[in-house]
Amino acid sequence: MIRDITLGQYYPGGSWVHRLDARVKIIATLLFIIELFIVDNFIGFAVAAAALAAVIAVSRVPLSYIVRGLKPIILILCFTFALNMFMIDGTILWQWGFLKITREGLRKAVFMAIRLVLLLIGSSMLTLCTRPLSLTDGIERLLSPLKRIGVPAHEIAMMMTIALRFIPTLLEETDKIMKAQQARGADFETGNLLQRAKSLVPILVPLFVSAFRIAQDLAMAMEARCYRGGENRTRMHELRLVGKDYLAIAMMIGFLALMIAESVLL
Amino acid sequence: MENENIIIIDQLSFSYQREEEEQKKKAVDQVSLSFRKGSFTAILGKNGSGKSTLAKQLNGLLLPSEGVVYVGGFDTREEEHVWDVRQTAGMVFQNPDNQLVSAIVEDDVAFGPENLGIDPEEIRRRVDKSLEAVNMGQFRKKPPHLLSGGQKQRIAIAGVVAMKPQCIIFDEPTAMLDPKGRQEIMSIIRELHEEGITVILITHFMEEAAEAERVIVMNEGKVLLDGSPSQVFSQRQLLQSVNLDIPLAVELAGKLREKGIPVPENIISTEEMVEYLCQYK
Amino acid sequence: MSIQVRNLTHIYEPGLPTESVALEDVSFEIDDGEMVGIIGHTGSGKSTLLQHLNGLLKPTSGQIIVGDTDITARGVSMVEIRKRVGLVFQYPEYQLFEETVALDVAFGPKNLGLTREEIDERVREALELVGLPYDEVAERSPFELSGGQKRRVAIAGVIAMHPEVLILDEPTAGLDPKAHKDVLKMIEEVHRRTGNITILVSHNMADIARLSDKVIVIDSGRLVTVGTPYEVFSQHDKLEEVGLALPPVTQFTETLRSRGMNLSETILSTDQAAEEIYRALTSEGKVRI
Repeated sequence: MIRDITLGQYYPGGSWVHRLDARVKIIATLLFIIELFIVDNFIGFAVAAAALAAVIAVSRVPLSYIVRGLKPIILILCFTFALNMFMIDGTILWQWGFLKITREGLRKAVFMAIRLVLLLIGSSMLTLCTRPLSLTDGIERLLSPLKRIGVPAHEIAMMMTIALRFIPTLLEETDKIMKAQQARGADFETGNLLQRAKSLVPILVPLFVSAFRIAQDLAMAMEARCYRGGENRTRMHELRLVGKDYLAIAMMIGFLALMIAESVLL
Repeated sequence: MENENIIIIDQLSFSYQREEEEQKKKAVDQVSLSFRKGSFTAILGKNGSGKSTLAKQLNGLLLPSEGVVYVGGFDTREEEHVWDVRQTAGMVFQNPDNQLVSAIVEDDVAFGPENLGIDPEEIRRRVDKSLEAVNMGQFRKKPPHLLSGGQKQRIAIAGVVAMKPQCIIFDEPTAMLDPKGRQEIMSIIRELHEEGITVILITHFMEEAAEAERVIVMNEGKVLLDGSPSQVFSQRQLLQSVNLDIPLAVELAGKLREKGIPVPENIISTEEMVEYLCQYK
Repeated sequence: MSIQVRNLTHIYEPGLPTESVALEDVSFEIDDGEMVGIIGHTGSGKSTLLQHLNGLLKPTSGQIIVGDTDITARGVSMVEIRKRVGLVFQYPEYQLFEETVALDVAFGPKNLGLTREEIDERVREALELVGLPYDEVAERSPFELSGGQKRRVAIAGVIAMHPEVLILDEPTAGLDPKAHKDVLKMIEEVHRRTGNITILVSHNMADIARLSDKVIVIDSGRLVTVGTPYEVFSQHDKLEEVGLALPPVTQFTETLRSRGMNLSETILSTDQAAEEIYRALTSEGKVRI
């Protein structure tokens, strides 16, 4: 199950999309998400989908890999679909007791589903094609103008970096602890909800203890390596905008204009 | 230059504050020591002997309760010099997992130099050189969690080496490793020493301590023994009385002496023992 | 009680591109009451093997028979396996979670569905067996104990389940020389008092040579050799091939032998070494005493 989640994972590669500046990709993703909410007709979604398809093709990330990432959200998708379909008033197409499907509801439900799928694929393209550390770097740089109003840009980025580093370690730790408690006869699979929740205690307590130990050790190691916050810090990989980044920005602006025009005109 | 001391500890005491207990526990008690530039010293002792506390005093991670510690001429208590102190004396810790910051090997090695505000191109050079120095060049793009314990520890060493410290303190770097990882780390420590870096190795493995030029044995916060490996390891009874192991050759020499074979006191390594015994052949 | 491992094979993620063979056609037997040492590199398949013995992993093929039960057969209950085989993982102190030592040790017995009285009795007995005085430690938090003590508590937690076979994966990893010796002594004592099969995984060849009745050598998922410490450590070439060391004292006496000293083959303890060296030196009149 954990293996299936591609959201937030990095797919190593050297494509044009991979090599773009992280900041450009973050902004592009944000714009794409905004566009998805502006659009309200099939042509608009078709254009957005086509643009996304083009990005996927250029990135050379296998489609099957991306689609696999959608699996965990199928339930949410069905739920939103049903909610929209049944809850919106309008021309009734079908009715059974208090359940009714309206033309408007159906339209809204289909759009919402498309929107969600595009949104998810779009944002996972960002993480699939950007090295985690470039991503945190990009976020730090984009947030840095907000430092003046008290946004801890560096700290946010550092936390993300450390989280990325230690998620696999903690997963491994969880697996070890689970096995150790199973060897002591713990049962995580049967029983009602309350019993199952209770059976998590022998996993969660040692896991928290581990996490605190890691945090303590890591803080000490970082201090020993002269870490003193973001000030006067340099980076080995400096983010620098080059030709292709400007090209990408131009394309993005063009695309945005197209979408706005499309939604206004149609 | 050769005889200059890089670290001077003068009458150092340190107590941990314990909330529940009224009494403070003295982890380090009136210790005075100095370390020559370019030397290789092992500090030996069981858990709770004060050796790890002492190590953390050597780069300002802990500050003296009494006494002074000078690192590269800087008093560790002076706040404005804390980064000079830590840049002079780098530190490698016990748990290989919990000291790597970044999800990619080369970015982790760059962490220290980045904190020092070094120029990006210079960082790149240092990172590549440090990774080569620990034979981990081909792993530079890998995430640390896919590496073995010994490999992770090598990355941690590279991360310290990239900061170009004059002295590196190793706080039980092999305690959590298997024999293979242990050998890898010891051979890198030897190489670093040969390149002129001052090495202070905290350990409870006496085979590792025997490789140093000088061995200090800590017990209950005090220095129990301080001398060359042969001086220290020939103190068989004293070492056993504080629950430390003794080298195989020393143990065997004792047993042979009991039987009447006059093995000299200065034999502490198996190589020396082989040479000694083979002269009778 | 005996254990028979027959043609055990385990493949992780069969059919996927990440497929890897962790164990391949491993067979051996352990007799009643034996102390067994398992040696091999990290990643050699040792841990996979241990997890099979405890039923945490199911073999891709092959059988494990403990006493008269085939624990790899379908329908064998986990409780049944765990009553028979107790497994202490590496760094077991990291799995402690209860508020008091007594409660933590009681976790296993409770899962076996024992009565309160039985549980209390087992906790008391297990703590005494690992050398922790019940009255001193029972009500303390396991988190405030020393490293060596925590490890004892964790081991007691498995012993309290009264397994007929006790497996310990590197029980002395990360301990200082004193705690190392104490924990080994404790394991010897438990083995002696229960008379059960004890399986010990360690990288420390001297410990393995001293404690084991039988040594199993694993490399790259295959059984390299199995036999008494003497038989196993006599096969220098085979061990060298898979990159495993001899016990230091054996290494030392082998060097002396290769330099021409007349010692008997494969010496496993310092006492024996001193004896042999003394004999070799005096019998030929080379040293006059």
